[in-house]
Amino acid sequence: MKRQIPFALVFIFGFFTIFQYFVPHESSEWVYEFLLDWILIIGIFALALGIWSLWRVSIDKINNRRPNWGYSYVTLAGLFLMIIFGFTAKNGDSWGYYFPFVIAVLLVIIMLIQTIKAKGQSKILYIGLALLFLIISILIGYFDKSWSIHFSTSEGLKNTMFQDFFDYILIPILSTMFSLLAFFIASAAYRAFRARNVLATILLVAALIVMLRFNFYLPGAEYFARTSTWLMNVPNLAANRAIVIGIGLGVVATALKVILGIERGYMGKG
Amino acid sequence: MDLGTFLWTTFAVFLTMATFSFLYKDNPFYKFAEHLVVGVSAGYFVVILWFNGLIPNLFQRLADGDWYLLWLNSSKPWYIIPAILGIMMWARFSKKYAWLSRWPMALYIGISTGLAIPLTMSNQVNKQLYATMVKIDWAHFFGHGSFNLLDTTSGFSQLIIFVGTIASLIYFFFSKAHKGVFGAVAKFGIWTLMIGFGASFGFTVMARISLFINRMQDVKDWGKVAFNYSGNNQNYSVWFPIVFWLFILFVIAYIIYEIGYYLRSRTNKA
Amino acid sequence: MNIFDKMMRLDRRWIFLFLIIVCVVTYIIPFKVPIHVVPEVRSIYDFIDTLEPGKIVLIAIDYDPNNLAELQPMTFAIVEHCWRRKIKIIFTALSQNGPGMAEQAIRDISDSMKVDKTYNGKFYKGREIKNGIDYTFLGYKPYYGLVILGMGQDFRLPFPTDYYGTPLDSIPMMKGVLNYDQTAGVIDISGGSITDAWINYGQGRFNFPLALGLTGVMTAQYYPYLGSGQIFGIMGGLLGAAEYEKLADNPGRAMGGMRIQLYAHMVIILFIVMGNVGFFMNKRKKKLREKGI
Repeated sequence: MKRQIPFALVFIFGFFTIFQYFVPHESSEWVYEFLLDWILIIGIFALALGIWSLWRVSIDKINNRRPNWGYSYVTLAGLFLMIIFGFTAKNGDSWGYYFPFVIAVLLVIIMLIQTIKAKGQSKILYIGLALLFLIISILIGYFDKSWSIHFSTSEGLKNTMFQDFFDYILIPILSTMFSLLAFFIASAAYRAFRARNVLATILLVAALIVMLRFNFYLPGAEYFARTSTWLMNVPNLAANRAIVIGIGLGVVATALKVILGIERGYMGKG
Repeated sequence: MDLGTFLWTTFAVFLTMATFSFLYKDNPFYKFAEHLVVGVSAGYFVVILWFNGLIPNLFQRLADGDWYLLWLNSSKPWYIIPAILGIMMWARFSKKYAWLSRWPMALYIGISTGLAIPLTMSNQVNKQLYATMVKIDWAHFFGHGSFNLLDTTSGFSQLIIFVGTIASLIYFFFSKAHKGVFGAVAKFGIWTLMIGFGASFGFTVMARISLFINRMQDVKDWGKVAFNYSGNNQNYSVWFPIVFWLFILFVIAYIIYEIGYYLRSRTNKA
Repeated sequence: MNIFDKMMRLDRRWIFLFLIIVCVVTYIIPFKVPIHVVPEVRSIYDFIDTLEPGKIVLIAIDYDPNNLAELQPMTFAIVEHCWRRKIKIIFTALSQNGPGMAEQAIRDISDSMKVDKTYNGKFYKGREIKNGIDYTFLGYKPYYGLVILGMGQDFRLPFPTDYYGTPLDSIPMMKGVLNYDQTAGVIDISGGSITDAWINYGQGRFNFPLALGLTGVMTAQYYPYLGSGQIFGIMGGLLGAAEYEKLADNPGRAMGGMRIQLYAHMVIILFIVMGNVGFFMNKRKKKLREKGI
């Protein structure tokens, strides 16, 4: 039952969708639309799993004092700040006591994390502190009318703090992390690009022509641009077409194996 | 731009610098940025999943029901099924009930593989094969009009695409030893593939450098705002250059500290 | 160690430093790089430029901040071109951090739309861009392949509301817009495998005109689809964005970045040449030594 039912589900739904593709009918279309709709909902729950494991990994790092455990507080602070900002929005121009509220909520979470690790009297102390900060945050939330909490409408998406965290924290760090690759590709090109044999020479020449295609200092710059366009549209197209066809056949073969129950790796052990 | 936004951009520049400092060596600033971005991006995703996922696709459809009846009295009670399936995904965290998560997984895998088979076959394999097997334009074999080997639509180019694709596919066919005529065709295939990889590499260099350029552009824009370069900022105040110079001082101080640390570690070694 | 050995085994931090210096210096000195427009970019421009005002184009913002450097300039150029020509846009964002990128782009382009501008000799009066009239932002949903298929049935199936929670039926622009059939085409600006889904599940199933804006890393892989006519245009990397900016007469970050690209490429080519010269000279020396000369 633990393995048979999932296997049967894959088989039934796999064949149904293939059948529906080739023989579209009003009733099968109806079921198909439902399935598309439902899978999205399942997907949302599935993706939330990732967030949960991030929380667990961070807590584990802090409790077991693993290397760099202190930085896990930064991760958790980022996580909860974003969540708080996403579910709150100010009503007028003033923020009121919004930031004391945010800090109080963060302190509640920190105290709760401490509770997991602590033993004996200190545990009671941390629980007490968590309760205290909780009461403070509830009081601020109740009496401060300059902002409010929204769970069912998406006011929080327009919260300027939420947008600023995205624009001024997420974007610069992520894009800078990837821009480090500029330096690594320069050193990789220098080390690896040696015309050792015919194949390496072909690779090198093609790469050089493509890299020089917009270099207007070169004599015959126009010629380089045109050669590069030809390289992209003819030999490169042929090479990548073979790869695309190969990948396509691989995808279809694997999918067939999954539907027929030959490949069951997705089920895991047990 | 007001001072608040300028402080945010200064913080963004700080995070950019912190991330770049990894090029020299791993350091606390880099670790801070790295851990912060993980948390912020996860928090952002939670909020997006809530407001773009659960609310419109699940809760609003059940909104006319009552929670204490488990929404069974709503007009679309069938949406409870994907919600239950979604919650079953969370059984992964329990050793005893992990098998429950296979059901929703099986549903997703069944549908996605069932969709992949006809669509991948038709779009990635069939249409590519049709496009390869075109009638070669012998009348314009060396280009339209004048002699031009770089004409991408000439018969010559069509022939190269045809032969190149087939030869590259043959190169990937490992069930037969690459010898004789078969081996020669496979050799032409690998040459074509090398041109493809070379062209890819040429583009990759540009991609990586672009990422770095973008970071430089952001830092330069920050500097421009600090000194009101465009001259049309109504909220400009003396605090802008003060913040700018304080930040520069901070960076210089850190660099001096690093140099001092390096020198001390060298004398200690000696 | 002789000089050729040194040429082969340079410490990578010297390469880093040299690259930084060249990039910064070329950035400070302003000059223009002539841009040669390739047909695959021109076809995207022509597509937008010949659409009648009031038509709807779907622009998929499927990239995260990692790839913003290359793809945001494309979004800016295309969206501004559409809005100046009064073409309406449906935005979707199917990658995890995509909604933030789309929102930022919409905010910034709406600002620049308020100003009067002249592009290619044609005067465009500045105007206010309104959500629900000039554009609809649908937002994010998981499992992009299924979302793309779902939108082919009805936009309301995966997206009952837009990003801000407004039901699609109460958005003026979406009245009578059921699925891809009511849009003129799709432009997917993407930094990942979502492109494959747009080709296989979108264009392959519903047969709408599809064009791609891709990161440089991906560009070469998608030429087969151009050859087979499954897509009608490709913009590859920063150069692709610069080409569009040139066509639209709207120079932005991409064209500004090309002069740094030019010199950075020359630096990298220089290092490749240096490594090869060292390699060959060493090889020759070894051969000579073996011959006993």
